[in-house]
Amino acid sequence: MADTKRPVIDLTSLLSRAAGALGERVGALPNVLSKRSEQLRPRIAGAKKTPGVCPYCAVGCGTTVYSKGNTIVDIEGNPDSPINAGTLCPKGSATYQLHVNPNRITTAKYRAPFATEWTDVPYDWAMERIAQRIKDTRDRTFREHDEHGRRVNRTTAIASLGGATLDNEENYLIAKLFRNIGTPFIENQARI
Amino acid sequence: MPGLGTLYGLGGATTHLMDLQHADLIVIQGSNFAENHPVGFRFAMMAKERGAKIVHVDPRFTRTSALADLYIPIRSGTDIAFTGGLINYVLSNDAYFKEYVHAYTSASFLVHPDFRDTEDLDGMFSGYDPDKCTYDAKAWRYEIDDSSQPSSGGGEASVHEGGKRPKQDPTLQHPRCVINVIKRHYARYTPEMVESITGAPRESFLKLARMLVENSGRERTAVYAYAMGWAQHTVGVQNIRAAATLQALLGNTGRPGGGIMALRGHASIQGSTDIATLYDNFPGYLKVPTLEKDETDFATWSKAHTMRSGRWADFPAYAISLLKAWYGEHAQAHNDWNFARLPLNTGDHSDLPMFFSMKDGEVEGLVLYGQNPAVGGQNAALQRGAMERLKWLVVRDIFETESATFWKRESADPTKIGTEVFFLPVAGVAEKAGTFTNTMRLVQFHEKAVDPPGDARSDLAFTYDLGKRLRALYADSENWLDRPLLDLTWDYESDDPHERALGEPDVEKVMREINGYRIETGEHVRDAHDLRDDGSTACGAWIYAGMFPAPGRNLTRRRIADPANPASPEWAWAWPNNVRTLYNRASADPNGVPWSERKKLVWWDEGAGRWTGDDAPDFPPHTAPSYRAPDDARGEDAIDGDTPFVMLEYGRSEIFGVNGTADGPLPTHYEPRESPVGNALYPNVQYNPVLKEWRRRDNPYHAIGDPKYPYVVTTYRLTEHHAAGAMSRQLPWLAELQPAAFCELSPELAVEKGIRNGDWVTVETARGDIEVRALVTGRMQPFRLGPGRFVHQIGIPYHFGYEGEVRGDSANDLPPLVADPNVTIHEGKAFTGNIRPGRRDPFKAQTPEEEDVPKSEQTPFGNPERPGPVAGPGGKGGTVEAEVVPPEEVMAASRLVHELDERNAAGEGIRQHGD
Repeated sequence: MADTKRPVIDLTSLLSRAAGALGERVGALPNVLSKRSEQLRPRIAGAKKTPGVCPYCAVGCGTTVYSKGNTIVDIEGNPDSPINAGTLCPKGSATYQLHVNPNRITTAKYRAPFATEWTDVPYDWAMERIAQRIKDTRDRTFREHDEHGRRVNRTTAIASLGGATLDNEENYLIAKLFRNIGTPFIENQARI
Repeated sequence: MPGLGTLYGLGGATTHLMDLQHADLIVIQGSNFAENHPVGFRFAMMAKERGAKIVHVDPRFTRTSALADLYIPIRSGTDIAFTGGLINYVLSNDAYFKEYVHAYTSASFLVHPDFRDTEDLDGMFSGYDPDKCTYDAKAWRYEIDDSSQPSSGGGEASVHEGGKRPKQDPTLQHPRCVINVIKRHYARYTPEMVESITGAPRESFLKLARMLVENSGRERTAVYAYAMGWAQHTVGVQNIRAAATLQALLGNTGRPGGGIMALRGHASIQGSTDIATLYDNFPGYLKVPTLEKDETDFATWSKAHTMRSGRWADFPAYAISLLKAWYGEHAQAHNDWNFARLPLNTGDHSDLPMFFSMKDGEVEGLVLYGQNPAVGGQNAALQRGAMERLKWLVVRDIFETESATFWKRESADPTKIGTEVFFLPVAGVAEKAGTFTNTMRLVQFHEKAVDPPGDARSDLAFTYDLGKRLRALYADSENWLDRPLLDLTWDYESDDPHERALGEPDVEKVMREINGYRIETGEHVRDAHDLRDDGSTACGAWIYAGMFPAPGRNLTRRRIADPANPASPEWAWAWPNNVRTLYNRASADPNGVPWSERKKLVWWDEGAGRWTGDDAPDFPPHTAPSYRAPDDARGEDAIDGDTPFVMLEYGRSEIFGVNGTADGPLPTHYEPRESPVGNALYPNVQYNPVLKEWRRRDNPYHAIGDPKYPYVVTTYRLTEHHAAGAMSRQLPWLAELQPAAFCELSPELAVEKGIRNGDWVTVETARGDIEVRALVTGRMQPFRLGPGRFVHQIGIPYHFGYEGEVRGDSANDLPPLVADPNVTIHEGKAFTGNIRPGRRDPFKAQTPEEEDVPKSEQTPFGNPERPGPVAGPGGKGGTVEAEVVPPEEVMAASRLVHELDERNAAGEGIRQHGD
């Protein structure tokens, strides 16, 4: 609801008028905007805009992700969203740093039993070994019947616990895969 | 959320955030709305600008309280006493919304003559089985009208076999009318009783009661907003049911500016409940079959969950469509839809039993998808200790979490920990496409902006890849027990070569499966009405049917805001059927006419022969108000045209809980599992008699009123941090805004204990000790429960751990594992503890981490036990021995201390607190 009567303040003209007034008194002054300032462009100028959603609380604020090439340059509130109208809270405003952050781990890591440190490992090796560990545990522990002879078709040795930032589609595949691996221990932050 | 589900039908917020601006009164209880959902709170502020009042009921004075018109302090864990008091006020003053209550609630139904209330049985309901320590909910039923015609085709989920109708007394005179039963149940919840239990000043309580009545009715509406402050209790579900009952009596549900705004904690909590990764639910709230109910074949399972009337009449169509979505051609009528291959539940397999089971060596492998139990879990030291027993652990996260490095923590010797740990980095939200469902059931799509760095992948890619690898490993298996994995439909390959090279599947292929499609033609289903029980449709989650009704029409990707309608119906898509205000047929009177011009939302258009208005009608669109369901009708056809709650058997909100709850048909005040005081209402039943507990030496409970642990402790969250901290303590921008773990305590308690602002203090429970900084503030205040009786409370944010830019002890090391009997949610919001000045003893053993629990204390799969009724101290609900100095005396002493302090600190300015 823009108030059309509100005067628009043009900072540049205001500054140059002020500089002009000063110039009359103390002689000619250069424009107070330096060449550098004049040439400065916002970080997001020319960036690709991608609509996103804030990953923190459950309000679901719309975000705009600005990127250049494969690099995120900024994440801001989406002014079109009827939920947040461009605003974000401190956490939402930090979504950029959630992504662009030197603390991020970007390689697969492995800690062998009794080891005191991580080792970087090839992603594919880690994936294959995880699949084998699941198969090994499942094959050793899978029970068709419980102690009363009732059919249960399951292993109670494998568990999955999901966090608060999983997409619906991710939850769907987790539910589908782990239920069919045969574990009843499928849980999520939603209960926690 | 059975709190809302059992009363209204669906486990979701009944309203949406934008609608808060239409409220005349906003009651926030069990939530620090302004700090934990700051942007959503702007709609509460809009309402305030338009003249609405905001009331905050909470143990802590927060920014929400500061922005409220009225703040009412309340001791943690006593919300039912407070809300019950409001129900009593409304009923005893005959101030309920009569036409609404008569028509849209079960008020006029007759409760069965065998039913006994807690008022009759000294704190227990009838139906209690002392051997099992559980209730048989069949004891809470209506009296059946034998003259009504039994209908055919009903399932067993109906409250009454054969679908016969309950007896009714439309005059509400009969003493067994639901409304009269409720009236008697709450008769002793007087303002005096409320004050003595909760510590809320009676004038403030009465003021709110009057405000609620004044702001409900045809012309005005009031809304309730709650969050974890209600959920995380051993009476969590009943806390919410109490408010839902009150809102039904005031006639506020299904109307603009009314209802219950459930504020879910995080981005996808609602989504993870809908598309459930929960042990007891399949996606779409279909209960997982369990041996507890002998659900060993499809027919038994399906029958147990099918109702004669309402949307659950189509349970078979939803369930068969799910099995078709999972197993494709391998699920056929002749093989019972592949049901025989599903794993069956045998009890409670939620996260709490999971960790006990891990500690006892039963669970040997765990996959953590962005979850950090080493900090976020209750009795967190036990959870860290349990992880040491794992053979293997997969951690998927964006940063190194405490759960990823539990083997490196201060008290651990890695050379003795045999767990094989895999850390796989994940994509951030902007690096992958998919949907989140927010707190108002709105499913919003986030697009992918850039590729994730290095090995980081979406959890979708990981799970898809893992499934492919497992299927390859089992490809040659002839063992029929491996068939479920091999029978799965598992093809979500992206058509985009770039995504394919990254191993990222096509998220819209997953969405299509969730939405549902016709198997023969591949057409997407338009909504859940298209689903069939003959195997001709597949659908992953029936409540999401309609979000993607045709190829190229993914409604969750819509981004058209409507300046004229704050609900913006074309912004994304809400389940069910894009309805923004649930049960909105209740916004019109029984004849289909809005209750008032000011509060109109959906109404009957006689000329057009359909419901119309500013929201999608949450009602069969062509069912006229005058429609009376014939006795042989089923499904939505069996719902009368003047009853709005289409998920429920009789279309009316069930203010007497005839189904679905484990701990009684009416919310009742019980003390938290750990409390410094006795139950003033029922001295012989101290706490919820059917709560879930684990009595083991690694999970010790404090005695009632234990003088070693005299204070109430509650945990909470900060604006600048997120859950267990993984997504905030690694971000310098956020870390420096809240750089240290602290606890809040009142000046009165601080003086009594000799604690000054900024000091190190140790908070102690039998589970462990933590050291944090003291924040001494008048925002915390002692609760006066009567002459000379005070209870102090301490609040601690729970975000901290031993990794990240800012570190600190974890508040979750303090609470015990104990849970609500309905949903196994823990009681992090109310337990007891002690506080003392100084840092913790680094050499003191952290009991839960280190001790082995003997077999005799273990239960199979970590299953919980029930306490049965436990009497409170002295049988009179009095305070316990713990000596409490009246705050006035303490404050007088404090002035002296203060003077000394000032003299010492003269010239120093702000005190610096180094280690």
